Amino acid sequence: MGVVAAQVPLGTALTGSAVTLAGLRIAFPAPRRREPPFTAVDGVDLEVATGEFVAIVGPTGCGKSTLLNAAAGLLVPSAGRVAIFGEPLAGLNRRAGYLFQADALLPWRTALDNVAVGLEVAGVPTGEARARARGWLDRVGLAAFLQRYPHMLSGGQRKRVGLAQVLIRDPEILLMDEPFGPLDALTRQFMGNLLLELWGAARKAVLFVTHDLEEAIALADRVVIMGAGPAARIIGEWRVELPRPRDIAEVRLEPDFHRLYRDIWSTLRDEVAKTYARGEGPL
Amino acid sequence: MTRPKLLALRVAVAVVLIAMWHVGSTVRIPAGVVSAKAVFPLDPFFFSTPLAVFERTWRDFASGVIWYHLGVTLLETVLAFVIGAVGGVLIGFWFARQHTVAAVFDPYVKAANALPRVVLAPIFALWLGLGIWSKVALGVTLVFFIVFFNVYQGVKEVSPTVLANARMLGMSERQLLRHVYWPSALTWVFSSLHTAVGFALVGAVVGEYLGSAAGLGYRIQQAEGVFDVAGVFSGMLVLAVFVILIDAGVSAIENRLLAWRPAAVAERP
Repeated sequence: MGVVAAQVPLGTALTGSAVTLAGLRIAFPAPRRREPPFTAVDGVDLEVATGEFVAIVGPTGCGKSTLLNAAAGLLVPSAGRVAIFGEPLAGLNRRAGYLFQADALLPWRTALDNVAVGLEVAGVPTGEARARARGWLDRVGLAAFLQRYPHMLSGGQRKRVGLAQVLIRDPEILLMDEPFGPLDALTRQFMGNLLLELWGAARKAVLFVTHDLEEAIALADRVVIMGAGPAARIIGEWRVELPRPRDIAEVRLEPDFHRLYRDIWSTLRDEVAKTYARGEGPL
Repeated sequence: MTRPKLLALRVAVAVVLIAMWHVGSTVRIPAGVVSAKAVFPLDPFFFSTPLAVFERTWRDFASGVIWYHLGVTLLETVLAFVIGAVGGVLIGFWFARQHTVAAVFDPYVKAANALPRVVLAPIFALWLGLGIWSKVALGVTLVFFIVFFNVYQGVKEVSPTVLANARMLGMSERQLLRHVYWPSALTWVFSSLHTAVGFALVGAVVGEYLGSAAGLGYRIQQAEGVFDVAGVFSGMLVLAVFVILIDAGVSAIENRLLAWRPAAVAERP
């Protein structure tokens, strides 16, 4: 096998771009007056092609989630441009589904009703919405937990409900913010494989934020590394050309995986050191 | 703890207290121990006796006079509760969604809530007469603020992640109100409902006590006027049982509507 990974130039334009972030700067007002605003990210150029799986990796507090929120339309950038399928984004991104880091299920709805809610509010009759929700819960392996409320489910099960809740609306873009962060190693592997399986069936554009480099390489087509904040920017991009379909556990044993990991880690390590030096703690 | 055991312990507390009251008000301390004369530890003139109180209560129910007064108090309580709760929910929602309105009215709401309600009772009697409406008004001023503050808080404290998720799932503002804000506020409303029901009753009884011609508060006031301690205690006994029954009703509704909550949170302190 030849070279499976190559560092690609920053901001490479791709045909059929699903998400375009260009010259993005996002600043938050300071908690006290007379202080300058806090700039989370600055000068970020990023494109996600249709059907492409892009993972963003970076140290804690570098503004990875901020980027996702801008792509989702939940945050208005201070400068720069957000375009979705070539059109400037105004308001919420209606073509994207967002899987949040924290628990985001409606606690007063059962697993079934949580998955069905996206269809219900779109005007699908309740009976049909429920039937389709049942199908999705079956696909994420929760057919036996339809009537459970979120607090009765484990962390991994809640994430699977969240995944079904997002995917049932068939979004063209999938934004994921450290979705498997709080889960244990085995559950993460299971969730990663589940995600790849579902993604393989209907190739959405995915923007996946994680602090776990191994997870990023195992899942993505392209890994984007962000520098330490404030005013964080993208400091490197690597194409991952490991063959698909992949198995999360097995792909980690490939020599190419290790070569790529070492390569990216040497860049990431310096950024982590910077974060540490600022006393912001571990990844 | 199992249910029968809990029930047994609860009954035991009542039995012990009533037994102490009974002994204290019927057995004299012999002369020369605490004073020259033989005296009751609890003088029946001031404390009555459990038997006299039960007998009075039984007679009131047997003759049927109490039903009318109970009905009047119940009607006032229910009206005060419903009007106060509906008003609190509507205005609480309005304030939580309209920041300007909330900011403008904030000091007035706080001032109105800090006012001792007893001083309002004569004003309400003057405005609304001695019938049930002056009592309902007093109860409303108590219930409204409890429900209002809880709805306001409930709407304000919706988890931002849940809200963002609901938005991303395509909910419009109206759908957010129905599917996110309302269920979230409901948990707060219910946590305040037990207090609110109690206050509705307090408003009704205090109103009756200060000036009326019917109701449990009126009965207690009448009994006090002639130093009829058994009558006063009997009125209090009926009130206490009445409150427990209403509270059990609220708990039953709460358990049905808030089935989704984790058990540890659902258990009231």
